[in-house]
Amino acid sequence: MNNLKMRLSHNTGALIAFTLFIILYVFYSSLHPRGFTSDLFVQNSNEAMALILVAMAQTLVVILGGIDLSVGSLMTMVNAVASEVVIGSGWEIFFGIVFCMIVGLCGGLLNGVIIVYGRLQPIVVTLATGAVFTGIALLIRPRPGGEVDGDLSWVATSALSELPATYGWWTDPPGWFSLIAGIPMPLVILAVIVCGIWIPYRNSEIGRGTYAIGSNEAAAYMSGVRINRSKLAAYALSGLFAGLAGLYFAVQTGSGNADPIQAGTYTLNSIAAVVIGGASLMGGTGGVIGTIFGVMVLRSITFCFRVVDTDSVVGFLANPLLQPMFEGLILVIAVTLGAARAFSVKNRLNMFG
Amino acid sequence: MNEPESPSLLELRGVSKSYGGVAALSKVDFSTHKASIHAVLGENGAGKSTLIKIISGVIAPDEGTVLVDGKPASFDSPQAANAAGIVSVFQELSVLPDLSVADNISITRPPTRLGLIDHREQRRRAEELLARVGCEDVNPRARVRDLPLSRRQMVEIAKALGRDPKLLILDEATSALTAADVDRVYKILHRLRDEGMALLYISHRMHEIEELADTISVFRNGQFIRTFAKGACSDEEIVQMMIGRDVSNVYPPKPVRETPPEPELEVKSIGWTDRLFDISFKVGKGEIVGLGGLDGQGQREILLALFGVLRNVTGTIAIEGKEGLVSSPVAATRPSKSMALIPEDRKTEGLMLPMSIADNITLTALSWLSRRFVIDRTAENNAVEAMVEKLKIKVGSTNDPVATLSGGNQQKVVIAKWLLTGARILLLNDPTRGIDVGTKEEIYRLLRELADAGTSILLYSTDYDELIGCCDRVLILYGGRIVRTLEGDAITETNIVASSFNLPLDEAGAPAAETAS
Repeated sequence: MNNLKMRLSHNTGALIAFTLFIILYVFYSSLHPRGFTSDLFVQNSNEAMALILVAMAQTLVVILGGIDLSVGSLMTMVNAVASEVVIGSGWEIFFGIVFCMIVGLCGGLLNGVIIVYGRLQPIVVTLATGAVFTGIALLIRPRPGGEVDGDLSWVATSALSELPATYGWWTDPPGWFSLIAGIPMPLVILAVIVCGIWIPYRNSEIGRGTYAIGSNEAAAYMSGVRINRSKLAAYALSGLFAGLAGLYFAVQTGSGNADPIQAGTYTLNSIAAVVIGGASLMGGTGGVIGTIFGVMVLRSITFCFRVVDTDSVVGFLANPLLQPMFEGLILVIAVTLGAARAFSVKNRLNMFG
Repeated sequence: MNEPESPSLLELRGVSKSYGGVAALSKVDFSTHKASIHAVLGENGAGKSTLIKIISGVIAPDEGTVLVDGKPASFDSPQAANAAGIVSVFQELSVLPDLSVADNISITRPPTRLGLIDHREQRRRAEELLARVGCEDVNPRARVRDLPLSRRQMVEIAKALGRDPKLLILDEATSALTAADVDRVYKILHRLRDEGMALLYISHRMHEIEELADTISVFRNGQFIRTFAKGACSDEEIVQMMIGRDVSNVYPPKPVRETPPEPELEVKSIGWTDRLFDISFKVGKGEIVGLGGLDGQGQREILLALFGVLRNVTGTIAIEGKEGLVSSPVAATRPSKSMALIPEDRKTEGLMLPMSIADNITLTALSWLSRRFVIDRTAENNAVEAMVEKLKIKVGSTNDPVATLSGGNQQKVVIAKWLLTGARILLLNDPTRGIDVGTKEEIYRLLRELADAGTSILLYSTDYDELIGCCDRVLILYGGRIVRTLEGDAITETNIVASSFNLPLDEAGAPAAETAS
């Protein structure tokens, strides 16, 4: 039991985010005119998925102790690329997807190489590379458009039941399938990414190096952690996640859109989500699971604004023009609350370390 | 010279290293052997750290060769040195606070299953190594951040042992340990030596070296002076070798008082959480009062509570009769309180390392050096020069970053910074930790001069000799309470040690037979 308690206490951030999400989502779906339905859940998952992936990209850099201002732009660039290549025959689509992932990975690796070998601050480097990514995105897609395979779009944004139905795997689904048929497809994709990429990474020597570096880089070096290798891997993986976000966004919208404002919004929200998910901006703590709940909290807040009665006192909350302001405010509040533990510190010297 | 028969495990031939024209090591020949505990002694700036860094692959020498088992070796990183069986436990902790104990111990080459870290095996290994250093009470799942400092250091030692070293380097490894842990570490080190391991040991505590080492090497100003077997030279001779001049009297004489001085600071029943209970004492004008006892019994907390760093302190204090707790460090430095705190860790709490020496010295005094918000440059320069001269700080230019100074000189800058405020009450938190003998002596003399000039001084020191040599009175803490006050001739090593363990004295307050050298 003692061990369980310890495990819980090491993941307080993620647990708080999870609880907060449940409360907000129950509140939202109870206010929703149609209440909680599978369709609503699928729709909400679609809306959260791209941000979840971008925030996962951000998480890796935050664990290292940095901030990545290019994740939104990298996502936008891959989004533009995807609108050109994810179309055609089955194999063409497959290689298009792989190509998008490689582009994302290389974008992240580029950040990593500049930061590691140029010995520069991540925040400055990613501010610059972010502008480069946006520029390339605009070059590929000067105006919104392009096309993404329709079947893929449909499957990736519907419930799991549409997967065998669309591709005609079976006409008569087996009995067990009905139990999971209602799960939104984005969640299935997310589970595959988390189990297939994140968990192995987290449990590898390289992945632990990421935490070690964020915790105390000098000590990690002295302990014989391969700093450069771990950093490059973290940035490359971050790029891969950002690429997957761009890819999913293209699949979801069926097109590409090189929108610099949207890139900025995604970057901003990714930082907020990581903080809400329990990571410290000082580095060394946090994780993708917490971040996922962080995004869900963030999105739930936006959903709640949507169902506000526009005639009531708080009706102004529903105004879409105010959304960027709220997103900024939420980030400030999240970061402030993250720092609130300083108030419970009895020895003021501990506030600085 | 006493050359052991066994072949040398590690040998340095003509190794030199300089930083920006300043030689940190010049043409050093040095060797160490299997199955021995080899102590390296020297003042700060003698080249010990540089030596260790070269051996453990943190920096590369400018010239010369390093031989391991007679074969030339060059390490370009700590991993490379580890691979050759050379493992270091550094003075500045190299544990990773956000990772678990088990993660820390197996940070490199963790046990794996199917390419992923095998957490169960890793915990088992951690338990085994922790048991080996006598720390069965540490849970391998615990985060290192949540452990007390002494346990962290033990984790560090367990981590080093987990790498199967042939040569284990301990750089001030016991400075953070409690007395019980130190005993345990000594036993482990002796056992490791008997098993054939070579240990290189660096410490500023003479009695540790006497208890541990078989062989001692002395360095001075980047040069190797001499290697000899323990017992071949007396303490005086060793100190002589380190500083290269006579130390007739390390501590300045204490004044003889007929009547107790009028109290400057009166502490009335201070308490703080579960760390301090009912602390009451007085510090007279021109008096040096010591805080002693085992490490971590609340001495630091007393200083921090007086200086307004801690929250929710109960009780009160009176300064020159005026009552009231200090609410913050800013309030503590106001003329009505006029306190100064020389902190424990000069690198994090005492100095702005990248800023210049001059800026550091005048940081706290800027308010009276400024005229209408603008700093008076002439006044500032004069003040800085006066301090550099008074404390004999060895500087090239006062505009150099303070990080370029040696540890002892950095500590002098910290003291200069606070002296410039003209504080009447000086609180010192282990000010000579990690500082060479020569600088220590200068600091002792300075403290006595200040006291003679009317400053009231409260000195916490982990070094018993220092309490005996410097203080007019010593308060011994145990479990957050003052358990005894020693005065005059009763301040002896025996009495301090006995009181530290809260044991009764032979004759209450009477001078014990044994006196400190």
